[in-house]
Amino acid sequence: MNKIEQLFQQKKDILNIYLTAGFPKLADTVKIVLELEKAGVDMVEIGMPFSDPLADGPVIQHSSTEAIKNGIRLEMIFDQIREIRKHSQIPLILMGYLNQLMAYGEKAFLEEAAQCGVDGLIIPDLPVEIYQKQYKQMVEDLNLDMIFLISPQTETGRIKLLDAESRGFLYVVSSSSITGQKADLQQAQKSYFDRINRMNLRNPTLIGFGISDRKSYEAACRNASGAIIGSAFIRALEKEGLLKQHVHDFVKSIRS
Amino acid sequence: MNYSPDKYGFYGDFGGAFIPEMLYSNVELLRQNYVGIIESKSFQTAFKKLLQDYAGRPTPLYFARRLSEKYQTNIFLKREDLNHTGAHKINNTIGQILVAQRLGKKRIIAETGAGQHGVATATVAALMGLECIVYMGEVDMARQAPNVARMRMLGAEVRPAKSGSRTLKDATNEAIRDWINHPKDTYYLIGSVVGPHPYPDMVTRFQSVISREMKIQLLEKTGRDYPDKIIACVGGGSNAAGAFYHYLDRENVELIAVEAEGLGVDSGQTAATTQTGSKGIIHGSKTLLMQNEEGQITEPYSISAGLDYPGIGPLHAHLFKSRRGTFLGATDTEALQAAFELTRLEGIIPALESAHALAALKKIELHPGENVVINLSGRGDKDMETYLNHLDEYNNDKNGK
Ligand SMILES: Cc1ncc(COP(=O)(O)O)c(C=O)c1O
Repeated sequence: MNKIEQLFQQKKDILNIYLTAGFPKLADTVKIVLELEKAGVDMVEIGMPFSDPLADGPVIQHSSTEAIKNGIRLEMIFDQIREIRKHSQIPLILMGYLNQLMAYGEKAFLEEAAQCGVDGLIIPDLPVEIYQKQYKQMVEDLNLDMIFLISPQTETGRIKLLDAESRGFLYVVSSSSITGQKADLQQAQKSYFDRINRMNLRNPTLIGFGISDRKSYEAACRNASGAIIGSAFIRALEKEGLLKQHVHDFVKSIRS
Repeated sequence: MNYSPDKYGFYGDFGGAFIPEMLYSNVELLRQNYVGIIESKSFQTAFKKLLQDYAGRPTPLYFARRLSEKYQTNIFLKREDLNHTGAHKINNTIGQILVAQRLGKKRIIAETGAGQHGVATATVAALMGLECIVYMGEVDMARQAPNVARMRMLGAEVRPAKSGSRTLKDATNEAIRDWINHPKDTYYLIGSVVGPHPYPDMVTRFQSVISREMKIQLLEKTGRDYPDKIIACVGGGSNAAGAFYHYLDRENVELIAVEAEGLGVDSGQTAATTQTGSKGIIHGSKTLLMQNEEGQITEPYSISAGLDYPGIGPLHAHLFKSRRGTFLGATDTEALQAAFELTRLEGIIPALESAHALAALKKIELHPGENVVINLSGRGDKDMETYLNHLDEYNNDKNGK
């Protein structure tokens, strides 16, 4: 069992915060993750900035562009994670696009990720069928959790397939929208979440995309094992002032 | 050699559908239905009728006498520039709008570079009474302003793409994002043989009318239904795919694809994908693309907005790797020269994209008695501002000689 699986056994109402590596400044990644942990966040998803992040909204895309301008590289991200691991055992997920893995060499990438202390991976443009054929064995041998996404359009049979191939948790996209759009969790979403909860999936679920404040976080917790917050946190980091303060203020605004 | 994709959409190593789950149901709906729809009698009847009566097909195969004399060979121009809206793009948009209707979609989105695909999409959306939104890079909106005006007159909303190099790649990203946000009512009408399976195959099928007509016309004009060479420019590769399609298995026909070298392949300001690219994933397809060692996709450059794209469709990547296709490049300057040459010899102003295909005449071995078809993918109306900016150079060139 790895750190992500342990976390879900021990806790409810998981708060997973996304940040873009190398943003706002190149060296901020380590500081932000350590402050997030101090502020009580349960898990962190580190985005590997990509030039063409199709599944991300404008806020995360902008932060990725800035990070690339700052000079972020995959090697640096691995080094930053090594540095984090000297001080913290918080579960870490690496999020990025398949082209980045291909450019690095998929095998080398997966080995390096596992070696530096990554626990899970989210690769939104990796089709599950390709995963099964080409990567699953390697990922599982390295004790990494591959996390797949489902959306309101995902049919029942496919949800079962994605659940069967996911380890750690299943990422429930709150509405069919790219990250950063306000979600009205109350209404149309409810039946979608109920449908998923009735399926008795083998993985716990986290709701992501459009979770931005205490209200939407709490709604997510009523319908799943917790939530993933990305764009709203990136926006908070863009404000003037002390980074450390932004991190603590933000987490406090979600749950105290 | 097989040039049709397998059931996962792969041409050899290239293709597939590398898309986020939020797009899966839409792409799957299309994948499961496109062949059935396209092969149905009602579709074929409607498609052929519109190509003929609306787009103006068949387009002529014109023997370019003066150009042939200059290059000492027989040069034919496949006149896609004479289509309604001024380029081959309408072949594809007519096909896809009929598919969209049959899938019950009400809202049409598209990306565009030169604006030709945007205009062709706005045109068929108007024809069918459907809402239409076109994403276009800010840079392209400026350099292809006449087409922005046409799209607006046709009732489409043109939304600027402001990220990256603000050209075709970025417009495509925005269109895909829009599709993710509108999973139910929206049809994404892609403009080239790019994107996730089944788009490359579907667009190739719609453009294959170009080489279907060529066979008949060549037989009539030359006594053989095939030429020795076919030359076409490649942005994403749809006009080339259409011009090559019925000859893919005819190994004696040389297929020549011309990419945009911009300021030169080594200048860092180029869109020549096969010369400067490597294998990767762009817009949901595994193919050749321009990228750095970190897998960040390079911002391309070409004077021609329609060729200013850092990838090529998976069929072309396969043709390149298998060596079935010959891939060449033409710089901005060579394309401009070729455009002026055609204009002064034949009285035809080509699109800047098509001018890249014409520029290949100076780069290949030509023999007397050979038959060469150049796919003249579009007309140059949209490029007049660029051409006029270079008019003096070519007038001086001419006087100097
Ligand atoms: C006239 C013309 N030719 C060629 C192209 C390039 O597209 P493709 O390579 O898909 O034919 C364009 C694209 O805008 C175009 O307008």
